[in-house]
Amino acid sequence: MSSLKLTPRIVRGDCLEKPDPKALRDAYGSTLVKLGEKDRNVVALDADLSSSTRTSMFAAKFPDRFFNMGLAEQNMMGTAAGLAKGGKIPFASTFAIFASGRAWEQIRQSIAYSRLNVKIVATHGGITVGEDGPSHQTVEDLAIMRVIPGMTLIVPADAVETGKAVEAAYRLQGPVFMRLTRAKFPTVFTDDYEFQIGKGTVVNEGEDLAIFACGLMVYHSLQAARILAEKGISARVVNISTLKPLDKDLIVESAKKTRAVVTAEEHSIIGGLGGAVTEVLSAAFPVPVEMVGVKDSFGTSGKAEELLKYFQLEPGDIVNAGLRAVERKK
Amino acid sequence: MATPAQIENLRKTATGIRINILKMLNTSGSGHTGGSLSAVEILTSLFFSEMKYRANDPGWEGRDHFVLSKGHAAPVLYATLAQAGFFAADELSSLRRLGCSLQGHPSCVCTPGVEVSTGSLGQGLSMALGLALAVRLDQKPSRVYVLCGDGEMQEGQIWEAAMAAAHFRVDNLCAIVDNNGLQIDGPVAKVMGIEPLWKKWEDFGWGVQRIDGHNPEEILDAFATARQIRGRPAVIIAKTVKGKGVSFFENKVEYHGVAPSADELKRALKELEG
Repeated sequence: MSSLKLTPRIVRGDCLEKPDPKALRDAYGSTLVKLGEKDRNVVALDADLSSSTRTSMFAAKFPDRFFNMGLAEQNMMGTAAGLAKGGKIPFASTFAIFASGRAWEQIRQSIAYSRLNVKIVATHGGITVGEDGPSHQTVEDLAIMRVIPGMTLIVPADAVETGKAVEAAYRLQGPVFMRLTRAKFPTVFTDDYEFQIGKGTVVNEGEDLAIFACGLMVYHSLQAARILAEKGISARVVNISTLKPLDKDLIVESAKKTRAVVTAEEHSIIGGLGGAVTEVLSAAFPVPVEMVGVKDSFGTSGKAEELLKYFQLEPGDIVNAGLRAVERKK
Repeated sequence: MATPAQIENLRKTATGIRINILKMLNTSGSGHTGGSLSAVEILTSLFFSEMKYRANDPGWEGRDHFVLSKGHAAPVLYATLAQAGFFAADELSSLRRLGCSLQGHPSCVCTPGVEVSTGSLGQGLSMALGLALAVRLDQKPSRVYVLCGDGEMQEGQIWEAAMAAAHFRVDNLCAIVDNNGLQIDGPVAKVMGIEPLWKKWEDFGWGVQRIDGHNPEEILDAFATARQIRGRPAVIIAKTVKGKGVSFFENKVEYHGVAPSADELKRALKELEG
């Protein structure tokens, strides 16, 4: 018997019992094909990773509108900028570290500063990339994308949200960076969930603690909330899938309601979701905040589930952070 | 083929643009003199003969596109755009001022007629490639021109874009290299040699032409030849003189990023106005 107060209709009531894991990048690939069918201005670019990022699905259907740019991420971002200037809606994909890191200045200068309508959908974000190790993992991408003026930054929590976020990114006029993963994520949302850029979502209601999470950590936070409930602590779990623009109202409202906060992300505790939340709360409503995330280190090789344990990103780690935050408000 | 009268007109326009560049740089007190003056005939030939555009409708669908990849030559772009009627010439005196529309390097967000923002070297060719691909997808007859610096050839992204443009057989794209031979720290050959430049472009699959970048007739002929090249992109390596048109600026590396003083402006105008 779960003592959670999962948000009805939009959150799968049995998500903790039946995780139903699905790949976010599959949802991206199929949604991109749908957009391509609807709008001939949708084009896709990749840097020799199309089978991994799933832009291969678009390439198979629309070969004339797909550009494999080879191993040249900087040129891919610049070319995407030019395509956008020419009226196209380019989706550019590669692994998150190469998209955000290798081509950061191209994203800044050619895309964001020019306010061009480029959608960067980066897969293999975080540490759950696994065995490939730190060169292919990224715990920095959210920080370095969030700092770019005018960038919209989205980290979907599951495959359902990914499909809806890709459609929303298509409808938005302006640059978007979306971080997906290699690993499959349990499915949190039902098809009735409505994704809105810039809006957080309460997925579980609670009074004693607010947990702000993104990506896989939303599911882990729900698992944590169940454990906390057994300890007599009711946790509000909030999915902050848009890191920028941030849903400040919901963050402040949740902090006022609970007066203790945990942030959870598959990213460095520096500059990502934790950074974003504390920037808001330190000015608007200071409360104890505990951050769950990678503690200023590179990743390492291993299986995804081993790495989540190694870097203390498991539900139990969120529980401990929650207990600390609640203790600090006394 | 341009008539002798048209060529003469281009030369006169070029002199007017040089004068405006020097005046605006002197007013702002900072900016890139040498690399602006070396590109005057190239931009003049593009904007007053080669390219189709509507100054009162910069987003016009049928337009040809121009990317100033060597964004530090913003003054020559601004002076040319003003001359072409994209904005009033008196705006030129606001160069680099707080709140002005003429940023230190070109910004498409701020300035009418500037299509993409540049200034960080090596990025313009990629954007021009993207524009060329978009134009081709839409089956439009428009052409895309991009002006690069020769020091800029040291940026790796240039060669990523060069490889891709040839791979995609983009033949509505024409790159021009302002080959003035100097960069901030000294002669390009000393800082980081790029020769044989023509061979590099040829090996990357481009149709290469080499011309005198201060001779409007040669420049226009090269554009005409570039239009005939099918199945691959075109590059024009334009030999130029940094600081061209002002004797005491010519081939002087010190005037890469220095604006003319009041006295220098006076002497320069004397030379140019004759």
